[in-house]
Formats: sequence, structure tokens, C-alpha cells
Amino acid sequence: MANETDVQAGEPGKRYAFYPGCVSKGACKELKTSTELVAKHLGIQLDELREAACCGAGVTDDVNPEMTDALNARTLALAEQKGLTLLTQCSTCQGVLNKLNKEVQEDERKRDRLNEVLADTGYQYNGTIEVKHLLWVLVDDAEYGLTRLREQVKQPLDGLRVAAFYGCYLVRPSDLLGFDHPHRPTSLDELVTALGGEPVEYGGKTKCCGFPIQMMNPKNSFGMAGTHLADARDKGADTMVTPCPLCHLNLDARQPDAEGALQELGKGSGRLSMPVLHVPQLVALALGYDARQLGMATHIVSTDAVEGKVAAAGA
Amino acid sequence: MPEPITIRVKRFDPETDAESYWQDYTFEPPSEDSTLLDCINHIKWFIDGTLTYRMSCRSAICGSCAMRVNGGGQLVCNSQYRDHLDADNTITVEPAGNMPVVKDLVTDATGFWEKIRAVDPYIRSDREREAEGEHLMSPEDFSNIDDASTCIMCGACYSECASYEIDKNFLGPAALAKAQRVVHDTRDEEQGPRLARLSEYGGMWDCAHCFACVQACPKPVNPLYRIVDLRNEAHRRNFHDNNGSRHARGFVDIIEESGWLDEAKLPLKSVGSLKEFVTDLLPMGIRMGVKNKFRPNPMHLLPGRHHPPVPKMNEITKIIDKTKAADPADNE
Ligand code: FES
Repeated sequence: MANETDVQAGEPGKRYAFYPGCVSKGACKELKTSTELVAKHLGIQLDELREAACCGAGVTDDVNPEMTDALNARTLALAEQKGLTLLTQCSTCQGVLNKLNKEVQEDERKRDRLNEVLADTGYQYNGTIEVKHLLWVLVDDAEYGLTRLREQVKQPLDGLRVAAFYGCYLVRPSDLLGFDHPHRPTSLDELVTALGGEPVEYGGKTKCCGFPIQMMNPKNSFGMAGTHLADARDKGADTMVTPCPLCHLNLDARQPDAEGALQELGKGSGRLSMPVLHVPQLVALALGYDARQLGMATHIVSTDAVEGKVAAAGA
Repeated sequence: MPEPITIRVKRFDPETDAESYWQDYTFEPPSEDSTLLDCINHIKWFIDGTLTYRMSCRSAICGSCAMRVNGGGQLVCNSQYRDHLDADNTITVEPAGNMPVVKDLVTDATGFWEKIRAVDPYIRSDREREAEGEHLMSPEDFSNIDDASTCIMCGACYSECASYEIDKNFLGPAALAKAQRVVHDTRDEEQGPRLARLSEYGGMWDCAHCFACVQACPKPVNPLYRIVDLRNEAHRRNFHDNNGSRHARGFVDIIEESGWLDEAKLPLKSVGSLKEFVTDLLPMGIRMGVKNKFRPNPMHLLPGRHHPPVPKMNEITKIIDKTKAADPADNE
């Protein structure tokens, strides 16, 4: 296993304006750690947008769309100033920023209106950059791509059965995103295969994790999470993997509540015990990193079984 | 001649089948440009007359042909079969989700219509008709209800709604879009009571923002966007006493303070009672603390305090102030 000290830096590759997202600096710090480790290893250069504001997670526009759009236009302008593609590690940030980006690119009046708001602070956004999620960069050969990633795998995840959880923002609305099929996406499953793991087919992979209504209707929210987790468990998954830290919070940190909700809804009882990994954690395991370097000990649901299986594959 | 294709249909006849089953029909479509409905009609008319489904207008007007195609709800009359072929030249067709199946691709939409009725989708007004006999509406006012007005009640959105799937108390996408259409109709005089009802459990704040309805909608209704319109309106009219509103307003406050989300503070701002705090938040907080996943600084949670702001917070403040100046509705 690699040590902290021998995190190898790959050949310098493409540079991205990195928008980590608030959750990766709060309740899912292990996500940022893992992304940075993987990026360094692969030579993906991250130029962090430290002064960018929160994207609002699709929540703030419920009461203040003007503020939300203006701050996100500033974020896009920050990346544009650097002339770099904006990279997120959060499906939700990606969805919010991409939606605004498309609107601004297509609607000149909206662009002018937002630039008018930004003018005092010296920003202007011209709609020239793209917004990409880390998963897309890892999968798309025009970016980093699976062809190169396959060559970097040191510890193939042989025998690890992985349930890819795409959630909402990476696949819908597809006319805006266009990367994956909206109902039958493949990118995350392809990544799992490239890392040597075995993708598991199950029903809830493109459904909502329930996170957004955690505070409004907890039983429904945790019922959604529980339904997908139980489905993955029943199909024999060893772990779930998600490209979104908000999904991670509902699927992992709320898993005990999801067990309760399933019982309340009469959808079966029993433990779920389903480890949930962030995308870069799964990649880093295959690159030879140790679970401890990836913050997996902080997950609410133990990831021991995953580590055991990966170690056994390497033995 | 077009190449042969396979349509894989989920079939079920309650009189003879204990369970649903898949049946494959392989045939040459009527033409290269056939719609998916043309192909299903071809099966019915020339291959298997027992296949049962609804259709009428064949032009995305009547709303009767919604079903699941390759896993997602949509109409089958408004796109060509070619757009749905997978690598094996196959298209999978199932009945719409979230509704009981009557037979094959026909579902019982009773639940859907109950939700539409529940939002009282009629304009209510005590006003005497003006002498001219017409209530005029400006083009600008109409633009607020234009999209929602295009709904053809096909139910494709309910087929995919994640929140409705778990909790049938949720009014759901089409009904909330219909509610938005009435709430923003300048002739209606019941906006207040409507927004009060729509702010309750099962209403606008139970939408999980998953975009499934936007993906499924064959028209520009895009129910999620109409639900956001409703939330904006509820906020403007001060329907603030619910967790959804507290959550969104708390989120905005936090961004105004520090530019980025404080995940410890937001839940505290969102709950409506001590009981919710104890039952819904405390156990998770403890769980996260024990695992060292998240240990927020309690000092940052005190009133008037916040976590360290992002660099160049002055720019963020300036931009926020400017948006407030531009729209007095958000100035509070
Ligand atoms: S047949 Fe009328 S909407 Fe499709």
C-alpha cells in the first residue's frame, strides 16, 4: 500500500478550475482529500476557486433566485478568467452551475442582466467555459479518460460488487447535460469495470437519494435512501459508490434512519450495512491507496468489508 | 425497408396472469420515420391483437399514451422509434410507474386525478364580471402561467416522481403545476388560502427536486420549475412557518454571512421545534461527532456568529446587495 509520503505525482496533465463545494469542506471532508489525492496521482491539475461562493444547492433559488444566479455567474466568471473548465466533485454543484451556464449561453438578455449585477465587482461572464463533474473527466478519453486510468490501476478491485448510484443531477435533465442516458446511464459502471470491480444492476440507481427533503419530510427522505440501499443489498452489492456528497450524507450518515424508515413503511426490516464510497475513494483504492488515507474511517457505515475484499483481491 | 427491431413489452392480464412477464415482438417498422406509437400500433394491428394500451390523438395532444420507454416515463406518439433503439436494436416498453396496472400498458390513473382535484384547479373570484364581459390579462401576466397551461394531463411525471413513489400523500408534479397556474392567474382571488394549503405537509415543500418530472414532461410545463415558482410566491407572501421555507431562508442567510454553507447551522435554522431537533438532528450529530466525520465549532453556532467567510467576501456581499436593490421583493 502507498504511504502518504509516496503519493506519486503523475505527469502534469490538464488543468481545471476546481470548485470543491461546501459539503467537501464540512461534513464530507474525506471527499476533498480523496479527490486531491487521485488528481495528484493522475497528474490532473486542480486550481481551486477558493473565493467562489456556495452554489445554493438548488435550495436558495426557492426564495432568492437573483442572488443565486448572480453568485453562480461570478463563480463561472472566476473559472473563465483562468480560461479553465470548471471541475466539480459534487453532482449537485455540477447541476446548478451547468443549468445556469446553459441558460446564460442561450439567453443573451439573462447574461446581460447578470453581468450588470457583476459589473461593480469587476466580473463579467461571457459563457465560454464548460462545467464538468470529476466522474466525466475520469471517464471521457478527451479529458483524462478510462484508457489512461486502466493503465494506472495497481490494485484491481477483483470480486468487489459495486452498486453505482448516479442520483439526479448527473443524468437529468438530459437535454441540458447529454453525457449519459437519463434512465440507463453507464459512465459510473464503466468506471467500476475499469477499476476491476463488478457493477451490480439494481433498480434505484438514477433515483433521488431523498436528501433534499430530509428536513421537510424525513420519513419520505429516508424511505427513498432505504429503498435504494435495500435494493443494492438484495442484489448482492458489497458497496455503493456515489458522485454526490449530498447523496453520501443521506445514504451513509442517515443509514440508521433509513433502516427505521423502511420498517415504518412496511418495506422490510433488518440491517442495511451498506458501505457507501465517494467516487474518488473507489478510484484511490484501485490506485493502491489505503482506506485510512481516504478518510473512510469517518464514514458512519463501516467500510471494513470493502477494505477486506480489496486486500484479499491483492493477496 | 427499415431494419427489423424488437419491442420488448411488459405484459399483464389480471384475468389470466399471476405476474407480469416480458414479451418480445420482432418486426420491420412501417417506415424509417415511424413513431414509437406507430410501431406499437403495428404490433396490435398485424401481430398480436391482444396487446392493450391507450392512444388517441397520435400528436401529443390527448395525453393518453404515456408509458415507460427504456426505463423512463414519456409519450410514445411524439418521437420516432429510431431515437429509442438500444445497441441490440431493442426498445423496452412498460406501463407508467407509480400507478396500478389495469392490463398490459394501461394503468389506473385514479390517484393522479384525485391529486389534480385536490388543488381545486379552478379560478375562484367573487368579482362581478366587468361590463365588457371579459377579465383582461396582460401578456406579461399570462407569461407566468403560459408554461403550466400547456399540461395535457398525461401523467408521465407521476410515473417517475420520486417523492410520490414513497409518500402518496404528496400532491405531485402535475397537480402542483396546476396549482401554480391558478395561483399566478391574475383573475384568481384565493391565492392566500391556496398558498397556505400548498405550504403544508404533502405540498410544494415535499418535492425532492430530482428533475424526474422535467425529464418526463412532453410539454414546457416542467413541473419542478413551476414548484419553484410556487415557492418563490409563497416566500413573497410570507408563508414562512414551515421547514421548507425556514431551510431555504436559513440557507440564504448563511451565504449572506459567510459566502458558503455552514452544515451545522442550516439544520438548526430549519427545524420548527425542539422535538424535531431531538429526534431528527441530535442522533445524527452525535453519530458524526463520534466518528470524527464532522465536529463543527460550537462558537460559530452562537447568534450573530458564523464560520470563517470565504476570501473576498466583500465581493459576495456587494453582489448580494445589488440583487436586493434590483428586486425589492427580496429586500427584507
Ligand atoms: S396519443 Fe394522444 S398524446 Fe399520445
